[in-house]
Amino acid sequence: MSISTDIEDLYRAESRRVLATLIRLLGDFDLAEEALQDAFAAAVSQWPRDGVPDSPRAWLVSAGRFKAIDRLRRRARFDASLEELALRFEQATEMPDLDLSVEDDRLRLIFTCCHPALSEPARVALTLREVCDLTTEEIASAFLTPTPTVAQRIVRAKAKIRDAGIPYRVPERSELGERLDSVLQVIYLVFNEGYFPSSGDTPTRADLSGEALRLGRLLLSLLPEPEVAGLLALMLLTEARRAARTDTAGDPVLLDDQDRSLWDRALIAEGESLVEQALRSRRFGPYSLQAAIAAVHAEASCPEDTDWEQIVGLYDVLLRAAPSPVIALNRAVAVAMRDGPDAGLPLIDGLLAAGELKHYYLAHAARADLCRRLGRNKDARDAYRAALALCQQGVQRAFLEKRIAEVE
Amino acid sequence: MKYLCLVYAEEASLHGLPDSPEDDECQAYADSLAESGAMLGGEPLEPVSSAVTVRVRDGRTSVTDGPFAETKEQLTGFYMIDARDLNEAIRIAEKIPPARVGSIEVRPVRELQLTP
Repeated sequence: MSISTDIEDLYRAESRRVLATLIRLLGDFDLAEEALQDAFAAAVSQWPRDGVPDSPRAWLVSAGRFKAIDRLRRRARFDASLEELALRFEQATEMPDLDLSVEDDRLRLIFTCCHPALSEPARVALTLREVCDLTTEEIASAFLTPTPTVAQRIVRAKAKIRDAGIPYRVPERSELGERLDSVLQVIYLVFNEGYFPSSGDTPTRADLSGEALRLGRLLLSLLPEPEVAGLLALMLLTEARRAARTDTAGDPVLLDDQDRSLWDRALIAEGESLVEQALRSRRFGPYSLQAAIAAVHAEASCPEDTDWEQIVGLYDVLLRAAPSPVIALNRAVAVAMRDGPDAGLPLIDGLLAAGELKHYYLAHAARADLCRRLGRNKDARDAYRAALALCQQGVQRAFLEKRIAEVE
Repeated sequence: MKYLCLVYAEEASLHGLPDSPEDDECQAYADSLAESGAMLGGEPLEPVSSAVTVRVRDGRTSVTDGPFAETKEQLTGFYMIDARDLNEAIRIAEKIPPARVGSIEVRPVRELQLTP
């Protein structure tokens, strides 16, 4: 094991922690990123000669801070106002107790990157870049967005953080709920883009879901709130089905037809224990409820054993906690499973008539499915066609085309 | 940091909704901000029908009736505040009484870049 391999391992393990602390000390993302690179470059040149320091993280933070002061000094030759800033950092002798504050620094960084004053795409890009250390190119390819677009989003987000005074701190109790929603939304969006890509031909992008799971675990370790546990549980219980949700040809397999022996029992057990923990707190919200529904599915060893009564009950609570037409659609499908397709169909027709789901392909696909089960093949075919016209995702389109052929 | 909180609302309904703020309530909030040291200045405005728009083009001044753009909500007042950061500014803005019927735009104040 050479020192340079050690430094590479250390970069992977510690670079985000060191960056988070440097951003707090320097109050500037770009300066902190340069300081981080400088600090690791200094480690590569000095450690083989002097040995690895006792506390590598503290060494890196300290080296990064001095390198930032150097950089400001050099720039101060062109911009006198920077000299004042350099002097202030130099005189800030207060070297914080790193072990106490470093985890808080990462939590601060998450809240800053997910601040509701930033647009949702900017929050996602900035979080993946700064907290997860994905490159701009990796983010761009994961979201099928041109690299310059992502780069510009990140630059603009950093400028807004600076100019609007978006703080680098954990929100106070009174504002925590709303700010946490914004963080959870970013993590869930990253997970879903990895699990249900909105476009393109690849059915899943496991790397993005993996990043979301890592983020969820990190957040729960830093901030053990019920809804954080609920979101992590929801993601784990969904992730557990990954191996079963496509067949060998890569085509999607519906929940009913999945080979449940392929479900990842370890992820399910972890998810179930987190759901219970969240529900026991009595301060749970929509993520915990969705996780509880996923846990009921996970408990059934075959589709016939599914406790639809309990699932409909959970959807009733969820619909009150977070009313949305998509949740109402899922509830309608659960009612159809409990009481039969002719009980679910009028609910779906009501939702489609209300208009909000008119352009949502899954609403038409769900209607088509109930019509098919009722033997109303012509209605089923028309609804599958309506779904196909709205669906952009290659694998899902192939699935709908197969269904149309079946009812033709 | 200094922030300007711009109060937007539909003038026609600003004072006629169940949640509409009373002048006394607005004055009390401004007083409490002044006491805490966060208030740098602020005023309610007369309706846009009382406004004129002034432009200078090629050295000639033109004065026209009313505001430049027709919008659903109008600027009805402003608060200039001093806050530690955006989170504190948002907490001050959410308590401005007309936030219940209109909206508050929170804008950081830009420092002029003067030549030394």
